[in-house]
Amino acid sequence: MLDLVWLIPALPLAGFLCILLFGRKLGDPKAGYFASAMVGASFLVTVGVFLDLLSKTAEERHHVQTLFQWVPLGNSFSIDLAFLADPLSLTMCLFVTGIGSLIHLYAVGYMHGDSRFSKFFLYLNLFAFSMLMLVLGSNMLVTFLGWEGVGTCSYLLISFWHERESAATAGKKAFVTNRVGDWGFMMAMFFTFWAVGSLDYSVLNHAAESVGVAGGLAQSTATAIALFCFIGACGKSAQLPLYLWLPDAMEGPTPVSALIHAATMVTAGVYLMVRINPVLSVSSGYAGWIIAGVGAATALYAATVAVAQNDIKKVLAYSTVSQLGYMFLAVGSGAYVAAIFHMVTHAFFKALLFLGSGSVIHGMHHEQDMRKMGALRVLMPITAGTFIIGWLAIAGVPPFAGFWSKDEILLFAYDKSPILYVVGLATALLTAYYMTRQVIMVFFGKAEWKDAHEEHGAHGDLTARDFTPHESPRTMVAPLVVLAGLSIVGGLIQLPSWGWIPHGLQHKLEGWLEPVVEFGEHPLSAGAHDLSGILALVAIAIALAGIAAAIMVYAKHKAKPIEPQILADAWGYDRAVSNFMGGPGRKAFDGVAWADAHVVDGAVNGVGELVRGSAGQVRKLQSGNVRNYAAAVGAGVVLLLVWFVVVRGIL
Amino acid sequence: MIAVAPTTTWYLLLSALLFSIGVIGVMVRRNPLVLFMCIELMLNAVNLSFVALARRMGDIGGQSTVFFVMVVAAAEVVVGLGIVVAILRRKPNATTDDMAELKG
Repeated sequence: MLDLVWLIPALPLAGFLCILLFGRKLGDPKAGYFASAMVGASFLVTVGVFLDLLSKTAEERHHVQTLFQWVPLGNSFSIDLAFLADPLSLTMCLFVTGIGSLIHLYAVGYMHGDSRFSKFFLYLNLFAFSMLMLVLGSNMLVTFLGWEGVGTCSYLLISFWHERESAATAGKKAFVTNRVGDWGFMMAMFFTFWAVGSLDYSVLNHAAESVGVAGGLAQSTATAIALFCFIGACGKSAQLPLYLWLPDAMEGPTPVSALIHAATMVTAGVYLMVRINPVLSVSSGYAGWIIAGVGAATALYAATVAVAQNDIKKVLAYSTVSQLGYMFLAVGSGAYVAAIFHMVTHAFFKALLFLGSGSVIHGMHHEQDMRKMGALRVLMPITAGTFIIGWLAIAGVPPFAGFWSKDEILLFAYDKSPILYVVGLATALLTAYYMTRQVIMVFFGKAEWKDAHEEHGAHGDLTARDFTPHESPRTMVAPLVVLAGLSIVGGLIQLPSWGWIPHGLQHKLEGWLEPVVEFGEHPLSAGAHDLSGILALVAIAIALAGIAAAIMVYAKHKAKPIEPQILADAWGYDRAVSNFMGGPGRKAFDGVAWADAHVVDGAVNGVGELVRGSAGQVRKLQSGNVRNYAAAVGAGVVLLLVWFVVVRGIL
Repeated sequence: MIAVAPTTTWYLLLSALLFSIGVIGVMVRRNPLVLFMCIELMLNAVNLSFVALARRMGDIGGQSTVFFVMVVAAAEVVVGLGIVVAILRRKPNATTDDMAELKG
């Protein structure tokens, strides 16, 4: 089964090619079902490979499949197109293909009737292929190929409805912001190649494990590689200061938001950091602090912004940024297993929430403003039920998935520094608060859409009179139910070591990921370990407090909502960046462009002009007049004679 | 009749004279055929000095070089005359100044 690893990305690629050629013929909805089937088949192969890997001992869970030599560099080095199947990449593949196929299926219903239906699935399959290349690549260049591929698909899908100015702009913004991160990744690759002469993760990690020994990595180099990778990760995974593109990316169709901008692509940065965890663990201490600090700051910052958003998808977008911050907090604290754990559970519940919000938007006829919703639980029972499960999961209420993973991250954050722990806890409080606010505004309270409809009716708007939100078709609610189930039980893969939990069920994910992270994983101090039960109780109390506060404000109306404009504007950061880039930044870039056009190009063109000009003069010597040539030859002979006789003194 | 044995100097002077006529002819005349004849004149002027010096120095090398020059000159005349005839067929009365199509 292990030799079938290449099939995992090949199947979505085949789907992409088929839809490229026959997409229009297949049409709506067959193209969608075909694309879903391709990703589904890829999921089945992944499960097969996973089971095969599971049957081996921990040391043998590392399989490299080389397809061909991609970039031969001299005799000794080459970069291969090779896939690495190990516990980490398989974990990623499982949820990328699993959740991916569910979202494909959902999109069949969501995109029904769109004029570019088959093109949407074309991009989705290309995305699945790129994402799988990213996680399966056994060296940084293959990963980079996937990295750029998912970026391109993200751009294409955000601006899928490019007739809308805002969607086209959002796509460009995502693309350009990601380039900054790509620069970091490329620098990391250059450093890696320079330091170890290879781009293979195994070579790099092996060099990191023998740091300080001859042939090993220098600590300063390890720090540089880790931090440049982190810049790349910041771009892809929407961390401060590069998170800007993710909230705008919500202009894309909702399945895209769920698949790319919540569950899979944005976790690529976290994946990369975990992949090079030995490098990170041997780099200077401040690298971990920077990563954990940026993660914690992003988590808290995005959570405060989410409190004041009124667009149903914007809340989830900022929530995603915040949860990704948690993952980086975990990475910076050396808790790689916790980061992957939260990545998996987050993929479950955030995909669920996004698909739920998509179902609401679908039912509300493309209305995204939460202030115009309310009381939808009666009309959309399945969507409401599953959304509530997702809400409890993200809010950190046991026994739902999010509680376990968030708790584990908070435990490691506490071990790293109480300040990080407090920031994480504050984020957890805000998370519970804004998610409760969203659930109340959408599914409970007064049916605001009714008022809007009556107002419209009074104005004689005939089309608005028939407006009643409705439950979504079966292809859309089925994925919701599956994801809700996963959000409930997702925590089972990594239960903490508390006395009442059977020993065989504890730390399953940690045992599975052991071969990948055993070198880098930060061992938990005994003090923190003893406190884990109490910390969990604190986390539960905080979550419940957040939920209770939101209920008091939005359901019982005991207090006025605190939604200052500055939070709705994301602390003005977006506008500040826009103003800076539009003003002085634009001038600076214009200056650079001028210098490029006039100085750099000028030098090149100048050489050309010089040669052309002088040649224009010299060519006049070629008069075509034979007698002139003869005279020149004669004169030449005379000069030679003078040279020999007078100067050299011959004769 | 006073018998004056011609010395090598005489031959060399004649050679220089012939060569100079050739050079001046190439530079001042425009008829391609005359130009050709002038070139031949220069070649044979050199041949004459080769033979004279070879006799003077008792070295057969100079005389054999002359044969080379004559063979090469014959080949050159074949090619050159062919070109000249082709040009004159297209443009009767063409002078060398008219053949300046390749000027830069």
